[in-house]
Amino acid sequence: MEQFAKAAISILFDGVAYAMLLFIISVGLSITMGLMGFANLAHGAFAMLGGYVMVSLMLKAGVPFLLALVLAAIIVALISVPFERYLYRRLYKAGELDQVLLSIGLVFMATATITFFFGPSTVSISVPEFLKGQVNLGFGIFPAYRTFTIAVGLVMIVALWYGFERTITGAKIRAAVDNRRMAQSIGIDVDRLFVITFAFGSGLAALGGGLAIEILGMSPTFALTYLVFFLIVVAVGGLGSIRGAFVAALVLGIIDTAGKYLWPDGGAFFIYAVTIGILLIKPEGLFGKA
Amino acid sequence: MTDTPSDSGFTPDARLYFRAREGWRWAEALPWIVAIAAFFVFPDYMALGTQILIAIIFALSLDLILGYAGIVTLGHAAYFGAGAYATGMLSAHLGWGEPISAMLFGGLVGAALGFLSGWVLLRYHGLTLLMLTLATAILLMEGANAAEYWTGGFDGLVGISIWPLFNHFEYDLWGHTYYWYALAVLFCCFLVARRIVHSSFGRSLVGIKGNVNRMHAIGTPVHGKLVKIYTISAGMAGIAGGLFAESNAYVTLDVMSFARSGTVLIMLVLGGTGRLYGAFLGTVVYLVLEDELAKLSPEFWEFGIGLLLVVVVLFMRGGMLGALDDLVAWARGKGKP
Repeated sequence: MEQFAKAAISILFDGVAYAMLLFIISVGLSITMGLMGFANLAHGAFAMLGGYVMVSLMLKAGVPFLLALVLAAIIVALISVPFERYLYRRLYKAGELDQVLLSIGLVFMATATITFFFGPSTVSISVPEFLKGQVNLGFGIFPAYRTFTIAVGLVMIVALWYGFERTITGAKIRAAVDNRRMAQSIGIDVDRLFVITFAFGSGLAALGGGLAIEILGMSPTFALTYLVFFLIVVAVGGLGSIRGAFVAALVLGIIDTAGKYLWPDGGAFFIYAVTIGILLIKPEGLFGKA
Repeated sequence: MTDTPSDSGFTPDARLYFRAREGWRWAEALPWIVAIAAFFVFPDYMALGTQILIAIIFALSLDLILGYAGIVTLGHAAYFGAGAYATGMLSAHLGWGEPISAMLFGGLVGAALGFLSGWVLLRYHGLTLLMLTLATAILLMEGANAAEYWTGGFDGLVGISIWPLFNHFEYDLWGHTYYWYALAVLFCCFLVARRIVHSSFGRSLVGIKGNVNRMHAIGTPVHGKLVKIYTISAGMAGIAGGLFAESNAYVTLDVMSFARSGTVLIMLVLGGTGRLYGAFLGTVVYLVLEDELAKLSPEFWEFGIGLLLVVVVLFMRGGMLGALDDLVAWARGKGKP
């Protein structure tokens, strides 16, 4: 019985760590999709870019882990600005098909470029001493890196909640998600909001990508492999909802991890069945606005 | 949808107008002449040629729902894969290898699946529909992975043995038999598709694509029509899948993968949606380029196709055929003072 409880806690812990990664990467996508109505399949490419920027910073420039993580997020956020300005902006009013194709095209280009510079195999970094091994949390002993990931995730949730619920910019973004034309007509500069949110979302994705190197592994196929998961988090959670993205990431992360441990052959099956079920009943997602 | 006489530019007699639209043009013989000529010019490439023809059937089926009815799907490979597995399992488990009936069985299974899933999914639209089609296809793939006893799971379905066509023409190593077989099937599928898009049913689909609210308002049973075309399209995709299983004698999980759904979409968009022949041109260009460029450098190919997609979306909304149309219109405009 104790054995069982230990295994359950360990699976739950891994699942939550995975969920935090999914949340950090996907929440930016959820907000940009809610705000701009853009089906951005290239969001994972920004996460991947974050991972590779981090690898380069650490291996080529010798930047320490934590600084590299923060720098990767900032660099990718800056890189994403011209993409929003010159590519995405042209298609805000176009149909989903054009948006899907444009962003898939960007994913292909990103994958090819990264394969060209870094090779097709998985890259790795060495994490600092304090993130290696195990850590005792009082109620059990857990892998230090996953504990760190969960901590970062929790900090991000609090920061996002504060940013969205308690700051003027957050209020403007919420207003624009709810009703863009009305927001515009009361003088909110929606164009500027678009750039800020897009850069912020891409930066978050890069942060998640940097964190993911150690847990999910980082290779040029990252953007396509996890694309479906990011989309599921967004669609199931509901566009533009931070709470929704969090709940969906938690559900997805725990189910997927448990499935891989308990039923390796059919675990993924269950996730898609749950996704379809939720979307059939609530097409706008768990916390989306109808 | 009936065109109102007040719309300018139409011949007053609607019958003449539609006859002029539907009539065969000389240019339409071109793809078929090319396909037949290709057999004599590149006899060593007929295995690739067969795969191209199969991909054209698949892209054509997607054009029916995407180009005409405006249904955006990221999971069309579900029906291709269902057809491939149906045909494959018919031979591997039940020992029935008659190619034409086995292929039609694949089409039937694809159509049945298309009807069932379409009935449910086509009530949704936008991003939700995108996600639902995507998830359905992956769900099916995971199901095929789990049902290892029937499908061979991750290792693929082996033991497919197809009888000679008409009990006479053997399968040959160079793919000559299957090239003609696939070409004949493509021609039949094309005739069906052409008939559909020029029928009043086809016109009503275009109406739904253009303005679904107005079609509701004039009393069109939108959902029923969408399910109908979705079923036909899924059946055609199933036929393509069946042909694929027969020509390769091997089926793996990637017949239903997201990559295949994405690739067929890309092929069609490159060629041009909503014009039937876009499926031909896009598929040929995509697969021939892939065959040539991927040999040189896979990254180069991947970057190129990505760039091409971005360019098509931003500057060539009608795909290559659309650009050709524009070019012809521009040349004619120049020619006439």
